[in-house]
Amino acid sequence: MAIPATITLPATLDSLYESMNFVSFHAREQGFSNERISEIELALEEVLVNIFNYAYKDSGLEGNVEITCTLADAQSFVIEITDSGVPFNILTVREPDVTAEIDKRPIGGLGVFFVKRLMDEVHYRREAEKNILTLTVRKTELES
Amino acid sequence: MQIQTGKEKNVVVVSVKGKIDAVTAPDLEKALANLIAEGENNFLLELSGLEYISSAGLRSILATAKQLKPKGGNIAFSGLRGPVKDVFAISGFGTIFKIFETKEDALK
Repeated sequence: MAIPATITLPATLDSLYESMNFVSFHAREQGFSNERISEIELALEEVLVNIFNYAYKDSGLEGNVEITCTLADAQSFVIEITDSGVPFNILTVREPDVTAEIDKRPIGGLGVFFVKRLMDEVHYRREAEKNILTLTVRKTELES
Repeated sequence: MQIQTGKEKNVVVVSVKGKIDAVTAPDLEKALANLIAEGENNFLLELSGLEYISSAGLRSILATAKQLKPKGGNIAFSGLRGPVKDVFAISGFGTIFKIFETKEDALK
């Protein structure tokens, strides 16, 4: 199965593992290391959980999430995540203070922070009533 | 995710293996909350068998730590490796919590 490849799944937590397996399969085919694949899985989980909760569940909506793995160029593996939930831009979620003590630490906010830290590029756009988030992972010399 | 619990030198050692993600984190949080309800308040999370943790897992740990604080309890960690070690570092959890190389170091 070569890329581009797309999978469409219900936007619920039950779809998490299938989504992660789909993306890690294609990332592995592109030659990414196990370590980088683990970071890709983490970023994907954080994005999906946010979509499931904020674009759908909290608004009482149900729907699908569509994940496409593709190459923007020979060096750039792109994961595009599309949903039809309420407009939700993950990039506007406030970042947590990662130096705060236990009592002052808000519960949450870390997921989006991980996505921004671990992915080489993260872009959001709203198009035709859909949220489209793209994660770009660049290959290092070793992987290409 | 597999959770195994034992008590050594008055410390409840909770060994967690596999993955703590959005699906499994609530189970870990529940297991820890049950132990707290039984009166335990000194925990070591032994994570040498843990391959993966996401923010959902960190949220469960933080919720547990917040429950323990007013009771004078404590939660420490040992055996962090690979991606788990990285996540602790990026999130700052590596500095707000006590982290030991091995379980033996923690129980010294």
